[in-house]
Amino acid sequence: MAKVRGAIVVDVEKCKGCGLCVVACPSKVIDLAKEVNGKGYNYAYMANPDACIGCANCAIVCPDTVITVYKVNTEANV
Amino acid sequence: MDVKDIIKEENLVYGKTKLLTDNIMHYCPGCTHGVVHKVLAEVIDEMGIQEKTIGVAPVGCSVLAYNYIDIDWHEAAHGRAPALATAINRLYPDKYVFTYQGDGDLASIGTAEIIHACNRGENIVVIFINNGIYGMTGGQMAPTSILDMPTSTTPYGRKVELNGYPLKITDLIAQLPGTCYVTRQSGHTPAAVRKLKKAITKAFENVGKKKGTSFIEVVSTCNSGWKLSPVKANEWMVEHMFPFYPIGDFKDE
Repeated sequence: MAKVRGAIVVDVEKCKGCGLCVVACPSKVIDLAKEVNGKGYNYAYMANPDACIGCANCAIVCPDTVITVYKVNTEANV
Repeated sequence: MDVKDIIKEENLVYGKTKLLTDNIMHYCPGCTHGVVHKVLAEVIDEMGIQEKTIGVAPVGCSVLAYNYIDIDWHEAAHGRAPALATAINRLYPDKYVFTYQGDGDLASIGTAEIIHACNRGENIVVIFINNGIYGMTGGQMAPTSILDMPTSTTPYGRKVELNGYPLKITDLIAQLPGTCYVTRQSGHTPAAVRKLKKAITKAFENVGKKKGTSFIEVVSTCNSGWKLSPVKANEWMVEHMFPFYPIGDFKDE
């Protein structure tokens, strides 16, 4: 079975820390940071990057569209 | 494989559509407006109708929607968006005209306009955001507030003896012969957002086919008005709003 790896990039300054992506993630990759951004929100970040499968669920539910998703099939690259 | 190797242009699977501007939305964290704006922008972008779409913004939190979606917009007086959309549609019959209204706008002050616009079968899309309260003004009771729902004007919950029954306006509109597509959707989970996107796409396609009014209700949260966290607000919506406002299609002709 092909191993799929994903990664997300969060626009930290635009993130409002609502936490909807944390709930939407099926592999529990995302968490809210202890640090805050310029507006004082605990922004979302990849707490467990190895588990990301690039399903884009987090980006789909994000109300502020701050998440960009990348996905790669690791076996295809070998 | 390192995260840096994955984050490359050729591996991109989901990003912000270019129709959404770079302005930071003024909505509260977790607001469903943001999700609906995003889906709307994606649908308009994918259908390639950016130059032909005219939105009519309501009075409410989404009054500033023109800041976020890069299409032509009009601003209507409170509740009068369907009347304005009627005028735009009759002057420019080839344009894709939609209204974007909240429940205080559509189901309260604008009831006459929406009922008659739908009954005339104007060739427009109506997107109706139903969160059960007046969000912008501080969470007062709306016609759509469900029974026993605490709001700032009914702190012990809405009671029939004092406040009457909640209004299921989508059920009313589904009975009007002018409408071709009436549905109730939500945006709390990835699956719900995908269904919402399908519904909005179908509604805009109906405009292209000149079939009549397409009406999409989006059961939404207002976590600031409901005094809950965004995640808890979604749970409250599933538990309390969905039994009264069940998700699904009413009419698809």
